[in-house]
Amino acid sequence: MGIYLPIAEMSVNVLVLLAMGAAVGFLSGMFGVGGGFLITPLLIFYNIPPAIAVATGANQVIASSFSGALAHFKRGTLDVKLGTVLLAGGIFGSTIGIYIFALLRSLGQLDLIISLTYVAFLGTVGGLMLVESVNAIRRSKGGVQPSLKRPGQHNWIHRLPLKMRFRTSKLFVSVIPVLGLGAGIGLLSSVMGVGGGFIMVPALIYLLKVPTNIVVGTSLFQIIFVAAYTTIVHAETNQTVDIVLAFILMVGGVAGAQYGAKAGQRLRGEQLRALLAMLVLAVAIRLAFDLFLPPPSIYSLAPGI
Amino acid sequence: MRRRLLATLALAVAAWASPAAAQGPVPLQPPPLPEGIQIGLSTDVIRITADFAGADLTIFGSLENPDPLINRQGRYDVVVVLEGPGRLVTVRRKSRVLGIWMNTQSESFVNVPESYSIATTRMPQDITDQNSYRQLALGTDFIHIQPAEIVDNPATLQEFRTALRERKEAVGLFNERIGGVQFLSSNLFRASLRLAPDVPVGTHKARAFLFRNGLFIKETSAQLAIVKSGFEQMLFRLSRNHSLFYGFCAVGLAIVTGWLGRIVFRRD
Repeated sequence: MGIYLPIAEMSVNVLVLLAMGAAVGFLSGMFGVGGGFLITPLLIFYNIPPAIAVATGANQVIASSFSGALAHFKRGTLDVKLGTVLLAGGIFGSTIGIYIFALLRSLGQLDLIISLTYVAFLGTVGGLMLVESVNAIRRSKGGVQPSLKRPGQHNWIHRLPLKMRFRTSKLFVSVIPVLGLGAGIGLLSSVMGVGGGFIMVPALIYLLKVPTNIVVGTSLFQIIFVAAYTTIVHAETNQTVDIVLAFILMVGGVAGAQYGAKAGQRLRGEQLRALLAMLVLAVAIRLAFDLFLPPPSIYSLAPGI
Repeated sequence: MRRRLLATLALAVAAWASPAAAQGPVPLQPPPLPEGIQIGLSTDVIRITADFAGADLTIFGSLENPDPLINRQGRYDVVVVLEGPGRLVTVRRKSRVLGIWMNTQSESFVNVPESYSIATTRMPQDITDQNSYRQLALGTDFIHIQPAEIVDNPATLQEFRTALRERKEAVGLFNERIGGVQFLSSNLFRASLRLAPDVPVGTHKARAFLFRNGLFIKETSAQLAIVKSGFEQMLFRLSRNHSLFYGFCAVGLAIVTGWLGRIVFRRD
């Protein structure tokens, strides 16, 4: 069943896109991430131009994050204050990212940078998570109680000035790393078309020591706004948001997310993290292959200069 | 004897009535009218709707004042072309840098037709020679592709030109249909051209070329507009002219979908 995408100006199969959205939605519900890091590469594999894949990916992320954040908000596992500070940094980073995106596009290096950042970030985050979760699984098998949050043990981040109290997260920490983390993720969001959950979740857990149950909701909360901002700015400056494509992905995504969330509850935390890590690594390896293997054609066409 | 006379008379009458007699030195015969070609499109506008996945475009045409003898021998050939709007295109070439394939060289060309579909009565080399194709700029190999600025050497330019054609052919935007033009009667023909799924919108030019015995005789053209249909066109315009509003709509749609999805598919 074909459908014509008005912005991408191409005909695609609607069932393939629905399935893609549903599969990613399922995983995103299961792991509590937006799923942008999967949807954008999948769209690129499906021959959607990377510029459109990135901007549309950001749009799709809003729907799944909103759906997920609603659930966390009801359960009270969402720190609105922490999310807002992260968001302030996020908007700043995202604005810079949009300009970098437009610049790279005019230089003809956008596709390469998108792939490179994906390989670098997915590879690093996936690798670290895999090591950590495998260790955690081993420790729990050995009978030692795994604990991520070790009260009293502080790192350099906790010695920075301008401290702020976040009640829901039971956290008293400087706003500098929070804003910085937000900005970094905002930047990635606009260059990679991701919400940044796959970086935000581990960063909040390991760097800021936010309780694990609060992390996912808070991350989703800030992703909604950063992705919304990114979508609007991409629509305004690059005109690369394909609303028809985004909508098909969203419908598949929100349906899949609810089932995924249910499935995720049956798995243990460290098993879930190990699975997510392997998934992230798989995407990174697939993208890396494309970078290093000779392309089917060394030539490509682009409109304009 | 009488019978033979009648037969001769009948032959003479037939010869006088038939235009084939133009070859003969009959003094009453007017000089032959020049051959011509006409084409007609069944529609001036093709609308691309949501379910568009490429299409076949049929163009009808006729020969005017064909020479019956040459016609009988099948030595009239017709080439029909549908050329999309010209645009600026950049061709980029990847090469290996530190093991990674990245775009390193590029060349821009002006006025490159976004699409070029051609249909012929026979194999192109059987219709006429390379020279006439080149003079007429007819066929994907002979379209004029001018560089935006001449800085590189001709060999490099030629390489990128070839690459441009290859890429366009690979996605079906440049295509060729040998035997795509068929004669339905002695002077009526039908051309069937392929429109790729991502055929560009804009004004397309349909042209028909008539050849006799390998010689170019005449050309005719007609225009065809390819537009996005109502909804797709509306979205496209909105994204270009009111991009900020379009962005807000995209976000609004995502929020509503996320919220509805939660209500409909809720599992906890």
